Amino acid sequence: MKGIDLSVKIGKLTLKNPILLASGTVGYGNEISEFIDLEKIGGIVTKSLSLKPRKGNPPQRITETASGMLNAIGLANVGVEVFLKEKIPFLKKINAPLICNIAASSVEEYVECTRILTTEDWIKAFEINVSCPNVKEGGLEFGNNLSAVGKITSSVKAVTDKPVIIKLSPNVSRISDFAKVVKEEGGDAVSAINTLVGTAFNIWTRKPKIYNITGGLSGPAIKPVALAKVLEISRNVDIPIIGIGGITKWEDVIEFMICGAYAVEIGTVNFINPRAAIEMSEGIEKYCEQAGITEIKKITGSYQI
Amino acid sequence: MFNKNSSVEEIINLNGSVYLIKIYSPEIAKQIKPGQFLNVKVSDSLAPLLRRPFSVSNVEGDYLFLMVNLLGEGTKILTSKKKGDPLDILGPLGNGFNLDGDYELAVFAAGGIGEAPFPFVYKTIKGAKEIISFIGGKTAKEVVEYGIENPYISTDDGSLGFKGNVVQLMEQKKELLSSKKIKIFACGPTPMLKAVQGFAAKNNYECEISTESAMACGFGICQGCAIASAHQSEKYLLVCKDGPVFNAKDVVL
Ligand SMILES: Cc1cc2nc3c(=O)[nH]c(=O)nc-3n(C[C@H](O)[C@H](O)[C@H](O)COP(=O)(O)OP(=O)(O)OC[C@H]3O[C@@H](n4cnc5c(N)ncnc54)[C@H](O)[C@@H]3O)c2cc1C
Ligand SMILES: Cc1cc2nc3c(=O)[nH]c(=O)nc-3n(C[C@H](O)[C@H](O)[C@H](O)COP(=O)(O)O)c2cc1C
Ligand code: FES
Repeated sequence: MKGIDLSVKIGKLTLKNPILLASGTVGYGNEISEFIDLEKIGGIVTKSLSLKPRKGNPPQRITETASGMLNAIGLANVGVEVFLKEKIPFLKKINAPLICNIAASSVEEYVECTRILTTEDWIKAFEINVSCPNVKEGGLEFGNNLSAVGKITSSVKAVTDKPVIIKLSPNVSRISDFAKVVKEEGGDAVSAINTLVGTAFNIWTRKPKIYNITGGLSGPAIKPVALAKVLEISRNVDIPIIGIGGITKWEDVIEFMICGAYAVEIGTVNFINPRAAIEMSEGIEKYCEQAGITEIKKITGSYQI
Repeated sequence: MFNKNSSVEEIINLNGSVYLIKIYSPEIAKQIKPGQFLNVKVSDSLAPLLRRPFSVSNVEGDYLFLMVNLLGEGTKILTSKKKGDPLDILGPLGNGFNLDGDYELAVFAAGGIGEAPFPFVYKTIKGAKEIISFIGGKTAKEVVEYGIENPYISTDDGSLGFKGNVVQLMEQKKELLSSKKIKIFACGPTPMLKAVQGFAAKNNYECEISTESAMACGFGICQGCAIASAHQSEKYLLVCKDGPVFNAKDVVL
């Protein structure tokens, strides 16, 4: 299996393989490191960080659904300051590219978080989670407002030289319009998709199963939707895409790449199989060998339509 | 913490819908402590998707025992396994009971399938501490008497033992709980744990409770299993990592 190049590039960010661990599904890396050698993965995306710590939603926060799960964690996180003080020492030690995911309730907060974090060398890129409520506009999501996504992209780009990846919401009618705005405003890449809004009720109590009433659907149930969104962006906008949504096995990684992904992030599967990232990178290497592919990046967008 | 392929050795029905599953799992058996739990993948397909958490019920040599109440899809698959079937187990997880300490009398309070962790606790402290057990269920079919000796029993419908719940039974038997230095260990549904929490506070007994929550990962990465802390209002504790066993004074149920 020598000679197969699994490395990929997202703008100026080079990853040794295309498999990243998705935001909110690996915390800050330390727990999952008991199961896998983090040096062997493409990179880690941190849990969404906000300027100040967030407590998150009251329980119940999650519930299982057919081939998926709903979560309404409520962006519980330690905040930028504690992150820098307490989570860094561990993250610095591992030799895997770190992407900081940022969530905020105003454009100013996105900018402030980026400005603080960008001075740290070991942060290689930012992923901006725009699927959070805009407190100034009465809780409407930034993620389904084209001009807000454009404003966040250009404002964050203005305070960092590092690659900026905008994580898009699937809860919109045309996701490629958002990717287009990100490109126009100087964003380096998009990642797609975040979770889909869903809910579940207990038929005996007639109450929602999660406290927040609605939650984000993730897991294999959303894979076809995610794949269609990646394909839509790929066919309409020339921008690097990180594919996310329902990936559970190496075949899914290849499928996302064929549909236009430069790299992928895996989320829910980490809860079930903490070794998934390693197993997938072994799988895609074997696939390349069998298919006579020497560089995995060549399969990106290689769909035959 | 291991992610190990283990195998089913034997499954027996204890009572009603409760089964005892014996599993060959030498690495985990060596490390696991009373009150800790395991997160079990019951199938090798995507259905059901998530692992299922179970307390360790007992350990003998290379074998783990789970006491499983058949509830839905996951426990149905698990309790229908055959000898030799492989099982993907993550564990040991969480913090178990703190069994050391200067108490003289251990009081077990178990509600329904909350009896699961006690055989292992019983075995571990037997001889070193005096033990009194209270177990309760809705009906006689829910009461499992495996692995602990001479328990006091209650059922809501009076079909076995005292008619009422475990805490009412403890109140009634309070003369047994005087004079000695007592520590209560409790496991069961949340309303019952809440009642035990109140009972312990009122009588100034030390008390540890094993809590439950919906879980995805079981090892601290999803933040799905939040439980309110009695001391810190600015953040939640995690049942899987900070618990599942808590000092009764540390959590709000
Ligand atoms: C730390 C811990 C220890 C446990 N120990 C035991 C034990 O020793 N014996 C035992 O029989 N049961 C135990 N449980 C409960 C057990 O996990 C559930 O009964 C089981 O997950 C039900 O799965 P199911 O597919 O059969 O039921 P379903 O109702 O079909 O499950 C649907 C979803 O809800 C979740 N769920 C349902 N009930 C519970 C519950 N009570 N707690 C947490 N998640 C739940 C399931 O995991 C699944 O994701 C424990 C739970 C926790 C959190
Ligand atoms: C429990 C949980 C927490 C998540 N938290 C975040 C988060 O903080 N920020 C973010 O951008 N995405 C978050 N996500 C979304 C994932 O990163 C990912 O986009 C989504 O789960 C789809 O991928 P999957 O199907 O592989 O899980 C979370 C997902 C889950 C399941
Ligand atoms: S179950 Fe995932 S953090 Fe506790």
